Amino acid sequence: MMVDLPLGFLSDFSEAFDFIFNTREAQTGGVQVGGPAEVLEFTWEHVKVSGAAIGVACAVAIPAGLALGHAGKGELLAISISNIGRAVPSLALIAFFVAYLGVGFTNVTLALVLLAIPPILTNTYVGVRQVDRDVIDAGRGMGLNPQQVVRRIELPLALPSIFGGIRTSAVNVVATATIAPLAGVLTLGDYILSANVYGQDGRLAGAILVALLALCVEAAFAGLQRLSVPRGLALGDHI
Amino acid sequence: MAGDRPSSSGTAASSVEFRSATKRYHGQADAALEDLSLTVDAGEICVLVGPSGCGKTTALRLVNRMIELSEGDILIDGVSIRTRPAAELRRDIGYVIQQIGLFPHLTIGDNIGVVPRLLGWDRARIARRVAEMLDLVSLPADMRDRFPAQLSGGQRQRIGVARALAADPPLMLMDEPFGAIDPINRERLQNQFLRLQAEIRKTILFVTHDIDEAIKMGDRVAVMQKGGVLAQYASPAELLMNPANDFVEDFVGADRALKRLALIRVRDIDLWKAPLAQVGEPTAAVRGRIPEADLPHPLVVDGEGRPVGWMSERDLVQETVPAKPDSAAEPLIEIDYVLRDALSDLLQSDTQYGPVVDERGRLAGVLSVEIISHFLNSPSATEHISDPAARATA
Amino acid sequence: MLAQVEIRERSGDSCIARNDFCPGWIVDNFDRYTDPLAEHLFLTVAAVACGFVIAFTLALLARRRRWIVGPIVGVTGVLYTLPSLAVFFLLLPITGRGTTTALIALTAYTLQIIFRNIITGLDNVPPDARDAGRGMGLTDRQLLWRVELPLAVPDIVAGLRIATTTTVGLATLAVFAGAGGLGEQIVTGSNITFKTGVVAAGGLAVLLALVLDVVLLTVQRLMTPWRRAQPA
Repeated sequence: MMVDLPLGFLSDFSEAFDFIFNTREAQTGGVQVGGPAEVLEFTWEHVKVSGAAIGVACAVAIPAGLALGHAGKGELLAISISNIGRAVPSLALIAFFVAYLGVGFTNVTLALVLLAIPPILTNTYVGVRQVDRDVIDAGRGMGLNPQQVVRRIELPLALPSIFGGIRTSAVNVVATATIAPLAGVLTLGDYILSANVYGQDGRLAGAILVALLALCVEAAFAGLQRLSVPRGLALGDHI
Repeated sequence: MAGDRPSSSGTAASSVEFRSATKRYHGQADAALEDLSLTVDAGEICVLVGPSGCGKTTALRLVNRMIELSEGDILIDGVSIRTRPAAELRRDIGYVIQQIGLFPHLTIGDNIGVVPRLLGWDRARIARRVAEMLDLVSLPADMRDRFPAQLSGGQRQRIGVARALAADPPLMLMDEPFGAIDPINRERLQNQFLRLQAEIRKTILFVTHDIDEAIKMGDRVAVMQKGGVLAQYASPAELLMNPANDFVEDFVGADRALKRLALIRVRDIDLWKAPLAQVGEPTAAVRGRIPEADLPHPLVVDGEGRPVGWMSERDLVQETVPAKPDSAAEPLIEIDYVLRDALSDLLQSDTQYGPVVDERGRLAGVLSVEIISHFLNSPSATEHISDPAARATA
Repeated sequence: MLAQVEIRERSGDSCIARNDFCPGWIVDNFDRYTDPLAEHLFLTVAAVACGFVIAFTLALLARRRRWIVGPIVGVTGVLYTLPSLAVFFLLLPITGRGTTTALIALTAYTLQIIFRNIITGLDNVPPDARDAGRGMGLTDRQLLWRVELPLAVPDIVAGLRIATTTTVGLATLAVFAGAGGLGEQIVTGSNITFKTGVVAAGGLAVLLALVLDVVLLTVQRLMTPWRRAQPA
């Protein structure tokens, strides 16, 4: 392990960086791999599949969470979904979809949607439940009907929590999209999974790129979460 | 609580002396405590009372070094508190706070045994002590295995006191210990505590914002003003009669006279004599006694001298004294009541007069509102202040 | 490849040949899963245990120096964000292939949730219990071990449970780091299209997560008898 060249890994990293910026011949011969164009292509594919999954998951989970939270029902359901969602390995999920539905963009997206739903659903539910009961009462007393209560009171006040859930999901989805190549969708993970083609440098480059992408996504959503706090509401310690 | 029990106080009580004790916080103009000097004698209850921000809690917490002195010193039995490590010092001081702070994860027995365990007592000794303490605060022995969450507020409060007494400390610090209890139970707890103190005679520093509690509980009361300044340090009676300045006078309240009623017992004043009547006696004899009595209404008593009821005009016209007089002998006032409670009973009932009975229910005299107000205005009022330990009523 | 085709043919020919889900096959071939399961269990328990030790130490340090909490949450947050798969290969040049690499990545992933929950647990100790404890003469250390930590157990265990379930899921990826685990049964060869195998491996992982979760919950119940007491 760390025995022979303690600082040898530095050269490995520099070669990985080189891979990103310059094309070279594939290990298996023939084609050119690496270079900015390919990197961008894979990155875009990665972002596409992740974005699609998050989008669908939000469209499903947020209304469901709002409805359940508003009604105050289904706490056990929300928590159980969250627990089970955590326990299902992403690899198994992808493999399951590949085995039963075959390869393809849609199938992978579907698998990722399932993965993305639990944190968003749970956080939406909890976010709505945590809205001050007195505020809701006042709203109803002023004549707001249930939909208006949800739209004008519960949703805005639950936004930070909802964005927290989206943030968690986004990071999970981006991480799982790394193994999407197993299902035929060529994301940045292909550099890692097909190291026989891209070589050690490619593999390490893939790892670096995936890590950076995840950090960017996290930062972006953290920023969105902070922006989503309604003005006048103090943000507590719970980021 | 029973009178006879094995002595639970082996150690002698300590004296506490504040010597120009001062506490200042950074960036604050006023000191939290300014140059406090007073002495609490062994076995006394010293109550620190005042509005919020007057430094009473600060003074208390300086004693067990929960806060550190800025200037001055505090001596326990003549020894500065600074000479010992704080944690060690605290194990010799009982500490009771308003929210009690029982450890939720420990049984009642374990809670009580915390300090003994810190001091290294063996298990058997701790177990005995826990049983003793539960008995002392009149709680059942099987409570030792319950958890704080299973107890009522009043019960938890008593456990808090028991826990503070467990290691038999010579000094107790109590910070609004009854503050979180409802008024009814608060009075009961206060009375129980005073009876307890009569037995164990610890030195106690007691903080409260309630002047009535201070007067009831304290042997001596230290009234504190905003800015941590001591306004007056004196006995409750002295405080009521000779307030040192306007602040003390205001704080004690415009009803000083009424407050004095808490210090005096029915047995301490001269009661009226009612004309007495026995059941079956000829009413003529009864009528003959009226002119010499202090009030015109005859009171029927039984063979033992216990009041049965008041005779009305109608009763007097009968041949003999009826077995059931027209008016009941209510309210019955016990001779050990403080005047304040007696007055309260009188005012609440519809009658003018309340028969006073001793421990065995025998008539000792008659009390009226007039007697009380007359007494308050007389110069001899101050001579009848009772021993604080006996101020607790049932 | 050939060996796998043979193994599949051994039981329930047609079912396997059709690549349907065949429970019978799982039962017959369960010994395929015992080693990976053991590896998986080891990886999970070791990662969470290491994560707990590190997070606990950090939390103790942060007790007296609150300003540390922010930076620690930040750093552990970054570790949490980095996809494990990426971390395996980022570590590869430094620690090589194998269990160690996998363990480092998995442990790093657990740090944030465990750390935050220990801090929350300690912060949730009722202040009056702390005040009374100090006032009674408990030293700082005694207060920590006898009062604060016992009362923080529910929050701490909650963090451990989340960390454990997540780690079970992530440990399926450990195969990519060369550390074995149930993931091996999914990814090697053409296993990924083998329905029965995928369900078996995935199902075992979920089962493992549930069992560990229940174990932790039971331990928590045993450690907190006072929470079972009926309130007055």
